[in-house]
Amino acid sequence: MNQIPILLRVFAYLSLLTVGGGMAAFPEMEHLTVQVHNWMTSSQLVHMYSLGQLAPGPNMMMIVSIGDWAVWGVSGSMALGILGGLVVIIAFFGPTALLALVVGRGWNKLEKWPWRASIQQGLAPVSVGLLLAGTLSMARTAVTGWTTGGIALAVLLTMLWRKVNPALLVAGGAIAGLIAFMPK
Amino acid sequence: MSETATNSADEKALVAAARAKATAFDIFWQFLIIGATSFGGVVPYLREGLVTKNHWVDDKEFVELLSISQSLPGLNATNMAILLGDRLKGWMGALAGIAGICLPGGLLLLCVGMFYRIHGDHALITYALKGVAAAAAGLLLATVIQLGKKSLSHRFDLAFVLVTVLAVNRLHLGVPKTLVVVGLVATFFHYPRKSEKESVKQ
Repeated sequence: MNQIPILLRVFAYLSLLTVGGGMAAFPEMEHLTVQVHNWMTSSQLVHMYSLGQLAPGPNMMMIVSIGDWAVWGVSGSMALGILGGLVVIIAFFGPTALLALVVGRGWNKLEKWPWRASIQQGLAPVSVGLLLAGTLSMARTAVTGWTTGGIALAVLLTMLWRKVNPALLVAGGAIAGLIAFMPK
Repeated sequence: MSETATNSADEKALVAAARAKATAFDIFWQFLIIGATSFGGVVPYLREGLVTKNHWVDDKEFVELLSISQSLPGLNATNMAILLGDRLKGWMGALAGIAGICLPGGLLLLCVGMFYRIHGDHALITYALKGVAAAAAGLLLATVIQLGKKSLSHRFDLAFVLVTVLAVNRLHLGVPKTLVVVGLVATFFHYPRKSEKESVKQ
């Protein structure tokens, strides 16, 4: 149970780093959940993130499993684990939800502020950079050889040239993995 | 000309009527459907549900809300649920929206995570997951490239992207410090210029 306040603190902090997308928080999320708190391993985190791409709804819902595992692992109780998952959701979405509520209401005033466009233009390359940094940390675990590199490249090129539902490509990755890694 | 004017007036009336009727439960239910069906990215499903089906917003307001969502921290999907729910029914609507959009995926991934924790070391699952993770990495890179093409306006922006990546992945400065330092420099680089009428208008 002593995991609950740690989960709250960690995910409220990660919440504020999701500038441009959930992946911006990934390097910090990996550091805190894997190295600092040992809630899961790097490859488990990457697997959960990737499975999340097959699920509908917001991108980072896999965080529910981090909370679940953290409490489940320490208490040994699956039911208490669910509570950990709930805490993580509230901590991760609460702070940004409040901010969106406040900014959404004051947007008309902000819209005329000349620095607003500057902040938006300035934050654009930083958020692209943060997403790229997150992608690279994730790819370091996900792409480990020629086969995984080939799958990643095939998905990248398909996405850039064709309009395909991304979930289908991730499902295709599962089949490719099964075929490629299954002992002949 | 007059025809389009009537059309947009009609649309405004349609939106006003639809908004007046919406209850917090309607909002929860609509976002629950989006949360359960939006495979591969929520934005097209949001537009379908909110603009086309329910007429809660018109396309112009939808794009405006989307641009607010994108410039704030937080995920697009949850920020949109908050912004739209709040415009329809205040904080109750916002709460209904975010709860609805998170619930299906959250429950599904909770179950998937439990199953993975118990059976994740099964050989066949490991093979499939290697493929899934590689595909997700390719997908992410494609998203970053597409976002970069759309949102970067200046050649120098590429340098800011590079500095950000190096600061986080090589110098291990941490995301918050990098965000504040590079964000401030880049914001001052794009300081409001009088001559840039277009960007002020937008």
